[in-house]
Amino acid sequence: MTGVGELPETRSVTLSVNGERHEIDVETRMTLADCLRRKLGKTGTHLGCEHGVCGACTVLVDGRSARGCLMLAVQANGAEITTVEGLASRGGEWHPLQQAFHEHHALQCGFCTAGILTSMVEFLGENPDPTEDEVREALSGNICRCTGYQGIVRAVLDAAGRLRARNGAIAP
Amino acid sequence: MTTFRGANCGLGAKPVCSVFTDTGSNATEGSGGVEMRYEAPETMKAAVALLASDEHGRVLAGGTDLLVQLRADTIEPSLVVDIKKIDEMCAITRENGGFRIGAAVTGAELGEHEAFKSVWPGVVEALELIGSTQIQGRATMGGNLCNASPAADSVPAMIAAGAIATIEGPDGRRDVPVGEVATGPGRTSLRAGELVASFLFPEQAPRTGDAYLRFIPRTEMDIAVVGAGVCLTLDDSDVCVAAKVSLGAVAARALAPEAAAKALIGTPVDDAALAELSRAASAAAQPIDDKRGTREFRIQVTGVMARRAAETALARAKGA
Repeated sequence: MTGVGELPETRSVTLSVNGERHEIDVETRMTLADCLRRKLGKTGTHLGCEHGVCGACTVLVDGRSARGCLMLAVQANGAEITTVEGLASRGGEWHPLQQAFHEHHALQCGFCTAGILTSMVEFLGENPDPTEDEVREALSGNICRCTGYQGIVRAVLDAAGRLRARNGAIAP
Repeated sequence: MTTFRGANCGLGAKPVCSVFTDTGSNATEGSGGVEMRYEAPETMKAAVALLASDEHGRVLAGGTDLLVQLRADTIEPSLVVDIKKIDEMCAITRENGGFRIGAAVTGAELGEHEAFKSVWPGVVEALELIGSTQIQGRATMGGNLCNASPAADSVPAMIAAGAIATIEGPDGRRDVPVGEVATGPGRTSLRAGELVASFLFPEQAPRTGDAYLRFIPRTEMDIAVVGAGVCLTLDDSDVCVAAKVSLGAVAARALAPEAAAKALIGTPVDDAALAELSRAASAAAQPIDDKRGTREFRIQVTGVMARRAAETALARAKGA
């Protein structure tokens, strides 16, 4: 709490979120995840443990996965942020990972899903043809209480194939 | 218990249903009794001046410990100095045949640096054990050292490698061995206004190998119950001519027991030498009892980890 008559310390930051530029004032103590949810309405990013363990709040910061709860919004000044809302195409077509999650029953309650999808976007970008063991290791920073992970692993492996096919079709 | 970094336990500490309710601003923002000024200086000089100006200032590198402590209200800094905008703190450069690693270089960046990884695989494997991919994209060696957790994974590996911490402060720059920075849980030997700017990994002698191993009950995302870093150098006839052994999570700060290193030096690192290393490492351990392991268990595991780390370091020194 701030004292009576005191305003919380704020800073003006510029964030690009899913390609949209935002100039906003944020409290210096506000986390990136809180900023995305409350200031920008991007409530697809979920907050679970709020101390860096569960992975629900994972977003991409300049293309790299990061815990939204372990970054201050002011640290992200000037950064390009991608949240789960930014994965589908402009026309609303799902990202191949989202399509694969849908088909393989890779979610039940869905609370962890946004963080898993963003983590896996980075992972498949770096490792387009992973083994099952590599997928399981890459998932170790995201906790899912419902699924037992089997459907998630299958979906990620399937999405990897779809992405390879898609990118192979584009590449010469 | 005290939590030392983002990648700590706490699994299931909250009823799962509570995550479905947004508990409102007062409950979810660490309250904090003081205003927190945020600064992101672009020069070392400006960072030192800021830290020297406020005794309640804190350095923000990756934030994977600091934000957890802020939210838990275990710290209330009136100033946070974000050092990731300072180029030299984020740089990896060659220096006199060795490497200089900025204190704000992330684990992910160092893990992707093939040249560093090929020379110091033990340091990289230690750093890559810290948290998950999402943590490693932010977390730094400087932060791991200055957070001063006795269980910090990168610290025994850096001590074994003979790394030097370069500290900048109001009185200029000074170099100290990494093992002299942390003095106890959450405490360092840094003076007012000082910060760790970079680490120097000196040029490595030929036929040197390093390794780090830790014991944790899970396979990922946990805090070391025991950690062991070993670096050793062989001569042309496979006799060990230099060795450093460092142990984590078994004392108030990382240990570097001389007797453990001496057990290897002058030997071909055979079974007898490894058994003596194991005994010396266990004898040096002064662990606590806690939920991660009993004192007795930790003492025994210390010897096992030291021996296995030495076996990996030996294979690497031989070029395997």
